[in-house]
Amino acid sequence: MQRVSGQRREPLPLVQGSARRVALFGGAYSNWLAVEAVVADARARGADAIWFLGDVGGFGPHPDRSIEALRELSVEVIQGNYDDSVGHSRLDCACGYTDPRDNHFAQLSYDYTLANTSAQGRSWLAQMPSAARIQLGERVVHLCHGSPRRVNEFLWESTTPAGFISGLCRDWEAHTIVCTHTGLHWSRRLDDGRGLVNVGAVGRPANDGRREVWYALLEEVDGRLTETFVPVAYDWERLAREMAAEGLPPEFIETITTGWWTTCLEILPARERHRGRF
Amino acid sequence: MATTQGEEGPTTERLMLPMLYLDTLWVQVTGTVCNIACKHCFISCGPKVERHRMMSAPDVIQALDDGVSAGLRSIWFTGGEPFLHPEILALIDAALQRAPLGILSNGVLIDEPMAQALGERFASAPYNLELRISLDGCTPEDNDRVRGRGVFAAAVAGIERLASHGLEPVVAVSLLDDADAASADQASFVQLLREHGVSRPRVKWIPPFRIGRERSRRGGRAYRSWERLTAGDLLEPEAPLRLQCGTSRCVTSEGVFACPILINEPGFRLGSQLSEAIRDHPVDHEACHTCWVEAFSCSV
Repeated sequence: MQRVSGQRREPLPLVQGSARRVALFGGAYSNWLAVEAVVADARARGADAIWFLGDVGGFGPHPDRSIEALRELSVEVIQGNYDDSVGHSRLDCACGYTDPRDNHFAQLSYDYTLANTSAQGRSWLAQMPSAARIQLGERVVHLCHGSPRRVNEFLWESTTPAGFISGLCRDWEAHTIVCTHTGLHWSRRLDDGRGLVNVGAVGRPANDGRREVWYALLEEVDGRLTETFVPVAYDWERLAREMAAEGLPPEFIETITTGWWTTCLEILPARERHRGRF
Repeated sequence: MATTQGEEGPTTERLMLPMLYLDTLWVQVTGTVCNIACKHCFISCGPKVERHRMMSAPDVIQALDDGVSAGLRSIWFTGGEPFLHPEILALIDAALQRAPLGILSNGVLIDEPMAQALGERFASAPYNLELRISLDGCTPEDNDRVRGRGVFAAAVAGIERLASHGLEPVVAVSLLDDADAASADQASFVQLLREHGVSRPRVKWIPPFRIGRERSRRGGRAYRSWERLTAGDLLEPEAPLRLQCGTSRCVTSEGVFACPILINEPGFRLGSQLSEAIRDHPVDHEACHTCWVEAFSCSV
């Protein structure tokens, strides 16, 4: 099989200490209330390690509050494209959208987030590591934001074939790859048990008409690494009030209050788009 | 900069781009055989054009398997007109078992049974199915002057049938820069799609590739001498991602080419098998300049 890694630019990070049950979440999008709720839920379920896979800001209000929540709750973190952009005060979020409507709303979010992130917060975002590797039992799990090969690559369920996942696991020397970036949670396991888990996002609902947000627990069950997606309720009414008070777009608030995405839809594959309302 | 040559290229040094990895496999399932003959077709397809012949089903499946071995992320069927292939549904099934599939079509041959079959696959296949229908105007007059008489009505009927079976086809519109250009803007195409049942309209704009029939179309033009990539352009670290040939290949009955646009250019034939073609390739064609300046990809 040919390599799917292309010209890999960085050496693999060292594997960190071993865990038994790991909670993994991504895409906080400044939803600090959801971050607190997810971490509390993960601890209550006995997670012995908690990892955040990047994109602290965007979409929601008061970006420093999510930074503070992650730091105070001692969550392990890796960097998303948004964190790199805000951390280095770049011109845009580098989300990887190609459609002008997606980019319009992404820029509104980004300009607000950059303007409201403190210098101290930006420094913290800038120094986050771009990937991590953890040990679960005998197996190595590679944690990244978009994909192992690009921070802003979208790995959707309907467009990420098994053969490609096999290539990622082989080239990145991992049993399981865990990512976020798309905002929709899903996983695919190969016949040999290897696979890819996209943990979705906790910053906004999963375009399913529900107001809860989702994270993943990864653990060994009967000798196999197994992921469980967990819905978490949080105070979405308070978040909506804070977004309105900050003058964030009503389109964003509607997503929080209805569970349906209203913006950044053009990037969705037809299959995923079809499941939503818009 | 590498200085190797295309398989049948000239002996002079050529401007080369490293291939990053294979993400997108194009399969010219019907070659250059098409049921219509558009005035601006940059690979000059038509009913009797067999420069690239229709591929046999086993050859298509071999190409798909070679692509999977190379780690592909997506498959696109094109031609010609893919729905002319007598075994197209079996080929679609074979592709969708392996990876997400996109199909480029003029929409004319999508009758009710075909639309129903495609709708069933969209709903239940393991991976995503995208249909992209070419339309070069929002009226018969606008569209048919480049795509042929009666094509607008047939294509719109095809779109309507797809929408009625749950598919959301993308409309592909060629950007011509003379009186043949579509007079409609994005909003007009969106409205047209909504009127025909597409609830989430999407429009893909195709820049003019001034080769094939487009080069000789009245009102078209050849490339100008300065419309070429330079070695300096390729110093940009992201160049292999900005050019679709950095992550894709096109298989036809006649071999494997750097991209689906240059299949009539012998200097861009990279081998007879996919495994031979995943390597550095030339980017010195004038059409490469269009992809570069437009950051254009046939696939997304």
